[in-house]
Amino acid sequence: MAKIVVDVMLKPEILDPQGKAVAAALPRLGFTFAKDVRQGKRFEIEVDGEPTAAQLAEVEVAAEKLLSNPVIENFTVRVEK
Amino acid sequence: MSLDTVATAKANPDASQPFAELGLKPDEYARIKEILGRRPTSSELAMYSVMWSEHCSYKSSKVHLKQFGDKAVKTDALLVGIGENAGVVDVGQGYAVTFKIESHNHPSFIEPYQGAATGVGGIVRDILTMGARPIAVMDPLRFGPADAPDTRRVLPGIVAGVGGYGNCLGLPNIGGEVVFDETYLGNPLVNALCVGVMKHSDIKLAKAAGAGNLVVLYGAKTGGDGIGGVSVLASETFESKGPAKRPAVQVGDPFVEKVLIECSLEIFAEDLVVGIQDLGGAGLSCATSELASGGSGGMKVQLEKVPVRDPSLSPEEILMSESQERMCAIVEPSKIARFLEICAKWDVTVNVIGEVTDGNHLEITWNGELIVDVPPRTVAHDGPVYNRPMAQPAYINEVAKQVINVPIPATADEIKVTVLKLAATPNLADKSWVTDQYDRYVQGNSIQAQPDDSGMVRIDEKTHLGVAIATDANANWSYLNPYEGARLALAEAARNIATAGAKPLAVTNCLNFGSPEDTGVMWQFAESVRGLADGCLEMGLPVTGGNVSFYNQTGAVAILPTPVIGVLGVIDDVRTRTPMSFDRAGLDLYLLGETEDHLAGSEWAYMHNQRGGVAPTANLQREMRLIDLLVAGRTKKIFTAAHDLSQGGLSATLTEMVLRHNTGATIQLDNVGMALLSETPGRVVVAIDPAQTAALTQEAVTQKIVLTKIGVTGGDSLVINDAKISLVELRKAHTETFAKLFG
Repeated sequence: MAKIVVDVMLKPEILDPQGKAVAAALPRLGFTFAKDVRQGKRFEIEVDGEPTAAQLAEVEVAAEKLLSNPVIENFTVRVEK
Repeated sequence: MSLDTVATAKANPDASQPFAELGLKPDEYARIKEILGRRPTSSELAMYSVMWSEHCSYKSSKVHLKQFGDKAVKTDALLVGIGENAGVVDVGQGYAVTFKIESHNHPSFIEPYQGAATGVGGIVRDILTMGARPIAVMDPLRFGPADAPDTRRVLPGIVAGVGGYGNCLGLPNIGGEVVFDETYLGNPLVNALCVGVMKHSDIKLAKAAGAGNLVVLYGAKTGGDGIGGVSVLASETFESKGPAKRPAVQVGDPFVEKVLIECSLEIFAEDLVVGIQDLGGAGLSCATSELASGGSGGMKVQLEKVPVRDPSLSPEEILMSESQERMCAIVEPSKIARFLEICAKWDVTVNVIGEVTDGNHLEITWNGELIVDVPPRTVAHDGPVYNRPMAQPAYINEVAKQVINVPIPATADEIKVTVLKLAATPNLADKSWVTDQYDRYVQGNSIQAQPDDSGMVRIDEKTHLGVAIATDANANWSYLNPYEGARLALAEAARNIATAGAKPLAVTNCLNFGSPEDTGVMWQFAESVRGLADGCLEMGLPVTGGNVSFYNQTGAVAILPTPVIGVLGVIDDVRTRTPMSFDRAGLDLYLLGETEDHLAGSEWAYMHNQRGGVAPTANLQREMRLIDLLVAGRTKKIFTAAHDLSQGGLSATLTEMVLRHNTGATIQLDNVGMALLSETPGRVVVAIDPAQTAALTQEAVTQKIVLTKIGVTGGDSLVINDAKISLVELRKAHTETFAKLFG
């Protein structure tokens, strides 16, 4: 069974207060590696069998309409085995 | 792309520039060339284009707004007038209050949550910039039909955005409006009001005086958000451009703003700034040019010192960015160390980006190269001014001839059905679904909030001095008669604070209209401004500032003319306020003011799809006498409760009163249908202890206000003549509308 994964991230020019908060918290806990952090969300959609091209196209539409806010967010759709 | 410097502009004078894409007209572009004696650099073009946009320059409205100054009443209460970030009024005991409304309509249509949230953030910074501590917000909102699919997208997002930002700041939301009308579909109105308080000595102004003083940018870093948002979002109708030109919206961070407020107030308290300006629409372009022109005009800014989130931003983009939560201060060199120390304490990013000079040009460099060299007044204040053609639209005479033909209830059954229908209609239904998402009591000083006639906050915990604010617009009346509509809205807002016993003191406004390029819309606007200016003069109330939002239209359909008027008043002791309703039986109910046949523009007519008729005429002399009566009713302890009549007439007022404390009333009315439905302005229902009858009669006679006894309080029903409506049934009708519509 395969999973269709949709990753949603704020567009690069959009302010990400959550990512900023994480970036500020890391050094307080002694983690000094991060130059910047941006936070997004990930949807894992299970389908029966191998996802078809038509299914993926449908997921694209759903991602645009429901899973993301296209005004401020970008998304990517991929298949995870 | 190579850097376009002043030297390049001189060397290459004929390079073609995308002025039209930036929203500038050919003659405006020619004017810039004339001012500079050369073509502008791309950075200068960016600055002029945003600052000369309708939103920033008020180019279509300026000639009309002048009346607020020309017709102004002379009053000592006005400490800072129009032109600064917000007006400031004296409320006594050494306190000054500043308040203002602004629109964030277009951004809230595109991205409801962030659009509304940053609308709140922007107006809060305007108030902070005056040196005041923000103490409360209010939000008049207008949407398309309540059951329209797009309203279901827009309303929950906008309400959540208003609540999200305001709640995080710890500011109580003490009122506003929620109104539905089909003309707002595609053009929702999000108007945000903020009120702040300070001591007289703490007033701050936007000026950059004193050569050698430092220009300091503090707050959030600059990113690519909202680039060109001002000119593109607010100055063009949606249809005229493709999505490619639609820029990224701004995302706000209320926690950064909260820190910025506290940091700024500490800086103000130590008197560390000469002048200050927040960065709102048009960002740094606006802040630098306004600060510089507030002083002698000379300023040098090194743009590469602006801290950026995204290092690939070009200087043009940095100048236009509308990143939120930023402030620009002018600081004397001797005080900069302490300024930086306070910013460090609050963990606020701060950079010195330039200095005030004794010249008269704003010069901006990018890594040493001069990219902007302009007289700042030409950017900030000397924008184009249009005396746009206007003409009374044809509909005005047509609607005036229409006769309102609506069912008028007479029998007990008809009365009951009518009262229940009005109680449940979205424009009059209980708004708790909205206001419960707002924190109304944080800070512990909220005395009144929704569903009271006005919001009221205490500003001194020892003396209990307080201020009350109400915002009102009746777009139905403004549509029929924009001049009277504005005066009626002013009278209603003033009455709404007077019912609690506060005395009106000052006025702000947010004028929402369609395209100024439409002669009919321009006429509506001019008439509204004339009406408001005349009304304020007659009532002796100064206009302290305001905001104009044009281009609220989709295709050829403009929104109803919607001048939202905010009135602020003072109450010397909030504990003595008159509440909006009664909580016990045995009180007498009186109607103050006469009821005439005023169904034109009423909610009942709207519910029957009738837009015509003749709007009432505002009798402001009578309104002022009524206000005096209402204030005296509080100070002389005559009233137990007082509640304004407006949309929905007496029916809506009685519904709200009996449901407030679940105490019924028995009402006897002549000509019952018209008595319940008419929306004659200048009326109030008061509840008094029968022992106060003589005192009330005396006041009414003194103020020449018609007084009619309409009933008594008590019971678990609202009884009107032979019609009996149980409070349970009435509450169900009143409260289930929003829950059903928006879940």
